[in-house]
Amino acid sequence: MAQHQVNYTQSGGLPVALTTVDKILNWGRSNSVWALTYGLACCAIEMMASGASRYDFDRFGTIFRASPRQADLMIVAGTLTKKHAEFIRRLYDQMTEPKWVISMGSCANTGGMFNTYATVQGVDRVIPVDLYLPGCAPRPETLQYAVMLLQQKIRRESANKSQKPKRLV
Amino acid sequence: MMRPYTPKDNVQAKAYYTDRFWVAPRVPEEPVPEEGVYAEDLAAVKACCKVLKAYIQRGQLVIYINPEDNFEALKVLKEERWYEMLSEMSAVDFLAERGGFELFYQLLNLNTAKRIRVKCFVEENQAVESVNPLFRSADWAEREMWDLMGVKVNNHPYMKRLIMPDDWEGHPLRKSYPLEGDEFAQWYEVDKIFGKEARDIIGPENRDPARIDRYDTERFARLGHEVPRGAPAEEAEKSEETPVRYQEEEGVFLIEKFSPERSKVLERRK
Repeated sequence: MAQHQVNYTQSGGLPVALTTVDKILNWGRSNSVWALTYGLACCAIEMMASGASRYDFDRFGTIFRASPRQADLMIVAGTLTKKHAEFIRRLYDQMTEPKWVISMGSCANTGGMFNTYATVQGVDRVIPVDLYLPGCAPRPETLQYAVMLLQQKIRRESANKSQKPKRLV
Repeated sequence: MMRPYTPKDNVQAKAYYTDRFWVAPRVPEEPVPEEGVYAEDLAAVKACCKVLKAYIQRGQLVIYINPEDNFEALKVLKEERWYEMLSEMSAVDFLAERGGFELFYQLLNLNTAKRIRVKCFVEENQAVESVNPLFRSADWAEREMWDLMGVKVNNHPYMKRLIMPDDWEGHPLRKSYPLEGDEFAQWYEVDKIFGKEARDIIGPENRDPARIDRYDTERFARLGHEVPRGAPAEEAEKSEETPVRYQEEEGVFLIEKFSPERSKVLERRK
């Protein structure tokens, strides 16, 4: 039986990397932020463009899922009407922890130009929001930047502590 | 009818658009001709119900009838005069002026390409008969009319709100309905999802797009009086003015002094 002599200390270091559980968990989470396919209005077009080949969300590990059970991130892309408000809350509740929300575009942030009876004046009245993305509609680069900021936020968080309740409004 | 052309030279010096509320000119009403298709249509309607008023407007026949006769009149027009398509129907809010709604049914004859508008006036709580058995396109139109205007329709097969949620209160397209919603509308999603007791926690909607809360240090920093994010606002009141430190004086990166020599002035607009 052939004996290979391996001397790690002489040939370029030990095959060991030291890290923390937090870092490795957050590394995994932040690089596989699966987003819920949740386009509500014209921002959805920009979200689709971000997912397609030119801007290519797959590079960030962001893959759109059609089920809230498989999603970590909800990108609220568009106008949220009052009729739809209960469903966005239900979908958010069905997502598994840990979960994050990006409010994309002016309508989702504040109601935008729809200062009317039928529009929710900001999705943060219904679900907690991690990141507000301004623009009408934001370009795909902007959404990419938002996802990168969210990745930074995830990497800063403590991985194993239970999610503390987020500020609702 | 096109708006008359006004020369738009020198528009920045002089406002050419002065009338704040442009009042549309009345479209002239012409009498119904003695003979022709419309004369026969009008005679057919007159034979079955009372016609209050009839005239030609923009080459289309307009007939005013009593709201009780709407089904009979449309049935005659469809079955005897072949107006087989109800292209549009809705109500117009005249609650303030006359205390009711003006309903209109726009009919189209596909053989002769003639159009007739049948109109009737209903009081606020008066119900009209559904024309859904005659025209399937009236199904959603009548539901929408009930949903947004509050005109009741009898004998509709599926009378339910079309656009607003089922548990909505009020009819939003009435002129008396506020654009930003009444109290029910403003608290609708909060009441439904969290319950009325959450109103105090969540707070009222911000309907002022330019609103800035000067005590909110989470989202806004007072320029020149910066405090850490989320710090109590009283701290900002007390804090001394933050000195502006330029990059040249070993201050903040990219905050540099303005130098006219390094700036470029364009000779003309590009």
